[in-house]
Parts: sequence; structure tokens; C-alpha cells
Amino acid sequence: MTSETLEQGATRALDGRTRKMSTGRLGDRLFGLSAKGSGILLLVIMAAIAVFLIVKAVPALRADKANFLTSQEWNPDAAQSRFGIAQLTFGTVLSSVLALILATPVAVGIALFIAFYAPRRLADGLGYVVDLLAAVPSIVYGLWGLQFFVPKMNGVATFLHDDFGWIPLFGGDTVGGQCILTASIVLAIMILPIISSITREIFLQVPRANIEAALALGATRWEVIRMAVLPFGRSGMISASMLGLGRALGETIAVALVLGTASGISLHLLKPGGNTFAANIANTFAMAGKIGQSALIASGLVLFVITLLVNMAARAVISRRKEFV
Amino acid sequence: MAKRIEVSGLNAYYGKTRAIEDISMTIEPRSVTAFIGPSGCGKSTFLRTLNRMHEVIPGARVEGKVLLDDLDLYGPDVDPVAVRRVIGMVFQRPNPFPTMSIYENVVAGLKLNGVRRKAQLDEIVEKSLRGANLWNEVKDRLGRPGAGLSGGQQQRLCIARAIAVEPQVLLMDEPCSALDPISTLAIEDLIASLKDQYTIVIVTHNMQQAARVSDRTAFFNLAGPGKPGRMVEIDETNKIFTNPGEKATEDYITGRFG
Ligand SMILES: Nc1ncnc2c1ncn2[C@@H]1O[C@H](COP(=O)(O)OP(=O)(O)O)[C@@H](O)[C@H]1O
Ligand SMILES: [Mg+2]
Repeated sequence: MTSETLEQGATRALDGRTRKMSTGRLGDRLFGLSAKGSGILLLVIMAAIAVFLIVKAVPALRADKANFLTSQEWNPDAAQSRFGIAQLTFGTVLSSVLALILATPVAVGIALFIAFYAPRRLADGLGYVVDLLAAVPSIVYGLWGLQFFVPKMNGVATFLHDDFGWIPLFGGDTVGGQCILTASIVLAIMILPIISSITREIFLQVPRANIEAALALGATRWEVIRMAVLPFGRSGMISASMLGLGRALGETIAVALVLGTASGISLHLLKPGGNTFAANIANTFAMAGKIGQSALIASGLVLFVITLLVNMAARAVISRRKEFV
Repeated sequence: MAKRIEVSGLNAYYGKTRAIEDISMTIEPRSVTAFIGPSGCGKSTFLRTLNRMHEVIPGARVEGKVLLDDLDLYGPDVDPVAVRRVIGMVFQRPNPFPTMSIYENVVAGLKLNGVRRKAQLDEIVEKSLRGANLWNEVKDRLGRPGAGLSGGQQQRLCIARAIAVEPQVLLMDEPCSALDPISTLAIEDLIASLKDQYTIVIVTHNMQQAARVSDRTAFFNLAGPGKPGRMVEIDETNKIFTNPGEKATEDYITGRFG
């Protein structure tokens, strides 16, 4: 603690000195101004978007006869406007978290394989393919999910329900391919490349000295990974996962295609239907009336807040052990 | 626990280039052997062949024999991981694990060996840190990051980490080259006190240091420009510095080198 404050003090003192000594060259000044300008511009744009969303959302929130936070209905354009975000929040968070749980271990596994196990040429090829996959547009994943994966999942869903129905997640009265589980798997496949390619980059940055230290203690390859690689890459892996989670939370088209109709809040992952913020907006915005659009904007605002909270939570986790790299 | 090392006909390669050529020597147990010689002559390479760390570099390989007492370390059914568990190594740049606390750094090797009992770990941590002359400086902050220590303390932490598993041999590659004179002295004292228990090999570019800490000294040199490194001679440290057997050694230690 003391050393930190000392250091800060020293930096501050130095700052003051260099500022006095600065000759104020034109290039420095221009660069400083443009950097400052970009920063301010970014904040202004963010604030403008937020203000716009809030202004547009207010009429619907005024008209809402149901509780906006707890209602599961979504009938903003009815004579008695009633809508709430409960089901959307549930569907969004459940499908995204499930996607993250499915994708992260696989993505880290792929990254480890590429960085430490695969022979050089295979590693290069695989890395290239993973980077390419990250660039595939989500409509492609959505169509693939609907045309190819959903029919396959019909059978899988029936199987899971019949043989593992005693697990509550796989229970329920009706099951089908167009369910939250299918949507989560498609989401997981979508976010896997981005998580994998970022974690791979981080693994490749582990200092050689740390790896050699572990090897010299008699660590096997897996033990080297556990001792020197994973702890070093921890904050990077969290950031990568959060990027993936952000993409899953905001994903519109793939989820809208895969899931059919809305169905209430249910933990039965195999039950057909389900809804998320983004899918709901994509499915209903075009046909929505004035209040309907305003209600969708309000829901968008909530999604924005959720994403923000997720990012802040990730930052908190990362900084908790900051002193350890 | 300290064991004798007997090397014969050892060559080491990086890809197609041979870095060291035909080295044979005996390293006595419970003594300090120093390797000296101009930089680039293969001291580090040779040291790393002694605990099979050389081969972790892609394309690197070793020919020849290294006997640890009776066991050929390069024998067909010898596991390099097992070799490294009994031959510890300290590197030129201190390399504590940055994500670990001081305590965790010291027990890192023990954890690999399956030691899990808290009381036993505590005891070994104290013993190793005392052994590395670091205990008094860090005993109140064992939970703090190892990377937060000064360079000299970090290097002693790395020594504590290496001796915590009670290796049979301790290899040190220029352990003081990144340190200030006071830390260097601390580590030299440490080496002197460790030699009752361990077989110690130390690479150093500092001839006074070799003279101060070692019982025997080996002089390495390049066979010629672009040629692999070789060992010129090995003898009692006293003899090497007062009355070396080879002209090349004499030129080197008197500074008439080149
Ligand atoms: N990782 C490596 N890859 C290829 N060549 C290397 C590597 N490390 C060392 N060498 C070469 O091997 C020779 C011996 O190096 P080294 O053992 O580090 O010498 P010293 O420790 O005596 O300074 C040098 O010519 C050096 O360039
Ligand atoms: Mg060297």
C-alpha cells in the first residue's frame, strides 16, 4: 500500500515537472487535442443514445397498466396496454448463461490445444479456421440452426425427456427442438470462436520464463498449464467470456429463428418456445404500433443495463486479485 | 541425498547446429562446481542438459550419457519429468510465478509431488525460506505476491522453491547476474551453506564469484569462431586460478582473452 502511494506521488511530481519542461510542440498539442476530442465525442454519443432511448421509452412506460418489471405479458398495443420484461429477462439470461457454460470450457480447450498440444502446422491451420468462424454472420448460424439443428434436436429432446426426465431441467409436459436448449447450443457455437481466439492469444503471451519454471520443478504438460498458464490467463479468459456473453445477450436473429413462439417462464429447457429481448424486438418491431415500439425501446434499455452490469461484474472479478497480475 | 553426476561424450544441438561438443566430466556430490567461460560458449546449454531442460526447446536434442549415480538420465525408460523433480534449477532471471503468493511459490513443487497437508506444508515453507535466507524478510507477508519482492529477494524465493522439494542436485545459471552486490553476497553465503546437503552446479560470468564459492571449476570455450563450445578443463578451483593446465584457461582468467 505504502509503496503504491509513494509511486503515485512520484509519478505526480514527475508529471508536474515534465509539464513545465514541455516545449508544447505543435504535434504533441494536436495529438492531445484529437485524443481528448475523440474521448469526449464517444461520451457524447453514448449519452445521446441513452437520452434518446429514455425519451422514446417514457410514453409506453406511462401507458403500461401492468408492472413493467414483473409482468410476463407483452401486449403493449392492446386497448389496455399491458407488458413487462419478466419473461424476456428470464429467457435472455437463461439462454445466454447456458450458452456461456457450454461454450467456455470447449473454447478454452480448443485454445489450449492450439497453443500447447497441436503440432505447429495443425495449430496454424486450426487457429485460422477458428478466426474465420468468428466472422460468420449470425443469420447463417440462425438458418443453420433452424434448418439443420432443430430437426436433429427434436429427437435429442425426446430422448433426454424420456430417459433423463427426472432431472427437472429436462422435465415438463411437452418437448421439442425449438426450445431454449437448442437456442443456447446455437448461441454457444456462435460465441465459441471469439472466446477461443482471444484466450489463445492470451495463452501465447504467458512468459516463457514461467513455463520453464514450472517445467524445471518437474511439472507435466498439464501441470504446467494449471500452474503457469491458466492462472496467468485468468483475467483474459474472464474478459473473453464476457465478450461472448455480451454477444449472446444481444443476439437477435439466430435466437428469433430457432425459438418459435413465446412461452411463459419455465426452467424446462426442452419446452418449445421461449423469448429474449433481442428476439422479441426483431420479431415484433415491424408490426408494433406507437406504444408497442416505445415498449420495445424500453426493453432495449433494460438489455443495455443488463449488459452494463455484466461487464461491471466481470471487471470487479478481474480487479479483485489485481496485485497478482 | 546429494548425488554424483558423471557426464560422458555429451553433444547438444539446436536444430542442426551443434552448440556443445563432446563434453565429459564428473561432478562431485556435496560440493560446488562452477562453470566459467566467455558468453555463448554453451555453459547454459550444458547445464540444461543435466536436468533434461534442454529438450523442451523445439528442435533441441542431446547425444551422450549423463549418469546420476548409476542411473542414465537419458536412458530409454527415464521420464524427463521425474528427472526434473530430483534435479532443481535456478534461472538467470528470477522467475517466481506472478500469480502466486510467496507461500504458494515455495510449495509449488511440493504440490506437484502430492504433498497436501497444511501443517507439513507450513513446516517446509519455513524451513525452505530459512534455508534461502529469506524467512525473516517475508515471514509476515507470506500471502503477498512473490513478484512484489525485490530482485534479490525474488531470486532467493526461487532458490527456496527449488530446495523445498529437497532435490539431489541444484543447478544455478548465473543466479546473481541480475542482482545488486548485497543480494549477490547473500546468495553466495547461501550457496556455501547449501553445499553440505546438495550437489551444486553454478554458472557464473564472474570469476571472483567462481573463486569464492566453488570447490571445482570447469572452463568452457569455443573451439573456434562458428564452432561448437567445449570444455577446456576442470580442476580444483585453486588450481584453475593459480596454475591452470591449459594456455586458453590462463589467457581467459588473466584477461588476455581473444
Ligand atoms: N534457444 C536457442 N536456440 C538456438 N540456439 C541457441 C539457443 N540458446 C542458445 N543458443 C546458442 O547456443 C550457443 C550457446 O549458448 P549458451 O548455452 O546460452 O551460452 P552461454 O550460457 O555460455 O552464454 C550460442 O551460440 C547460442 O547462440
Ligand atoms: Mg548463459
